[in-house]
Amino acid sequence: MATVSEGRLAVAMFEEPAALKPWHVKLRETARKQPVGVAGAIIVVLMVLMAIFAGVVTPYDPLLNSYEYMLAPPDGNFIFGTDMLGRDVYSRIVYGARTALFVGFASAAVGGFFGLILGVSSAYFGGLFDLIFQRIMDVFMAFPLVIMALAVVSILGTGTENVILAIIVPFVPRCARVVRSSALQIREIPYIDAAKACGFGHARIILRHMAPNVMAPFLIMVTAFVGQAILTEASLSYLGLGVQEPTPAWGLMLQGGAEEFAESAPWVAVFPGLAITLAVFGFNLFGDALRDVLDPRLRSSQ
Amino acid sequence: MYKYVIKRLLLLIPTLFGAAVLVFLLLRAVPGDVCQLRLGGGGEWIDPVALEQCKIQLGLMDPMHVQLFDFLTSFFTFNFGESMWTGRPVSYEIALRFELSLQIAIMATFVSIIVAIPLGTISAIKQNTWIDYLVRTISIAGIAIPSFWLGIIIILGLLITTQAWTGTPWMPPIDYRPLWEDPGYNLSMLIWPAVATGYRYSAVATRMTRSALLEVLREDYVRTARAKGLLEKMIINRHALRNSLLPVVTIIGIEFAFLMGGLVVTEQVFNLNGIGKLFVESVTNQDYVMTQSLVMLVVTIFVLVNLVVDILYAVLDPRIRYS
Repeated sequence: MATVSEGRLAVAMFEEPAALKPWHVKLRETARKQPVGVAGAIIVVLMVLMAIFAGVVTPYDPLLNSYEYMLAPPDGNFIFGTDMLGRDVYSRIVYGARTALFVGFASAAVGGFFGLILGVSSAYFGGLFDLIFQRIMDVFMAFPLVIMALAVVSILGTGTENVILAIIVPFVPRCARVVRSSALQIREIPYIDAAKACGFGHARIILRHMAPNVMAPFLIMVTAFVGQAILTEASLSYLGLGVQEPTPAWGLMLQGGAEEFAESAPWVAVFPGLAITLAVFGFNLFGDALRDVLDPRLRSSQ
Repeated sequence: MYKYVIKRLLLLIPTLFGAAVLVFLLLRAVPGDVCQLRLGGGGEWIDPVALEQCKIQLGLMDPMHVQLFDFLTSFFTFNFGESMWTGRPVSYEIALRFELSLQIAIMATFVSIIVAIPLGTISAIKQNTWIDYLVRTISIAGIAIPSFWLGIIIILGLLITTQAWTGTPWMPPIDYRPLWEDPGYNLSMLIWPAVATGYRYSAVATRMTRSALLEVLREDYVRTARAKGLLEKMIINRHALRNSLLPVVTIIGIEFAFLMGGLVVTEQVFNLNGIGKLFVESVTNQDYVMTQSLVMLVVTIFVLVNLVVDILYAVLDPRIRYS
């Protein structure tokens, strides 16, 4: 019983109290209060739609190369031009959104999940476990993100799935660190003692009693990380250590030809970079607004 | 204070030790080795005897724990051994490129400070005006723009503008000359990567300056300063900004440490022979000795910079006393 009402409580935290107003009024109010966040959300939603309906909104197959149209400038046929293999840049960017979002969401979700569990457990058990765990996290955190990802890629090899893993590994300790500091405060609140007194197991207390209450910092962290992950994937692919040809990926599109042909065919270099920037920009704006809404400390001070 | 510094320095040992073991194990998990790449990189037939010899010579046939012990002793005695790929000493290979990377890192940090503190201050003073929105948008965009793409765009912009102005396209030079030998040449080469990386890092620092200053501006002593009729300029410069710089120092310090890693991509774009490029090369060549040493170099710089930042804290804010 207790868990049911608690689940509702956790949901209620994220809902505006004025649940009685019609949705379009609420939407307008949110847009006025958080114009930047709504702009970010729109970019994110558009990107998701673009990725889902990639087949519908693109005129060409992203993998189709034609030697007649190599490095064709943007015109009526190819709105963003073609690359050195005669592939349509626009179609590749649209399909690239699939790769980027897949990598972004998958690594944020999986990495976030492990970070959440590890962070909360570390705070909950405390003592020696916490101490050793923190030292291990220190070791992981001492590696800059790209360096760690590079090291993981060098072991697993390149390819989409391995890139996701390479991004997850450095993310887990960062997420666990943030979650742990919030969970430490929650551990001191009497309802955890109450749950212990009820004889609930460790797993149940961690998952059902503590984890839902660190959702605010956790969600902020994870949203911001989707953008980070997209950026890291692009960097790895650019270095030739990430997603491999012929999969359409933005970072990969900037590799190879983009620099060589930059002068004669700038569209090959400009558009994929714009796509990366816009995507990361959207997630960052959205994450920023989410922080303003969810973090009560910031709300009171602004 | 001294006690604290010594304690922190001692705590570095387990962290560095852990990092060393982690790197060692990670690299050994890679299938294949440097000998296979060196002898048969082009896909040609490999003589098994030569392969065996190469492995023995590089110590790859030793048992794992012996290899680990060798690596740890070499690291803690600062004798890093020879690169498995070129055969030259690691310290020589790194010294050759360190200067260039360090210079870019320092210049990028300067760029980010010069941009971040004034912009963040203006943004905080003019909170919720169009100037504030503009600065915030620019800084969020700065975090979103991949620095390698910014690099490509800078090169492209240089080519196009020089073509339009002088008739011949100009590219930044790619062969390195030290700053004290040929300052003009050196700067014309390294200013662009420094701007490309610095812009990104200025974005983070701008946001930090803004939020820290906003917090300080709500303090009672700022109200007191206003009440006694001080000029707003005086309040900002003397009272508010000084006290808000603490978190900014942290961010800039942490960024500097990260810069050494972040240069990996920038050096690739500008085709610079620095630490980052060496890192990518040694990863692709499976040059264990080189990769290990480079990772440990980055990690050591990172933890040391963090320590320096913590000490700077106490220097900047006399209220903070470590024990």
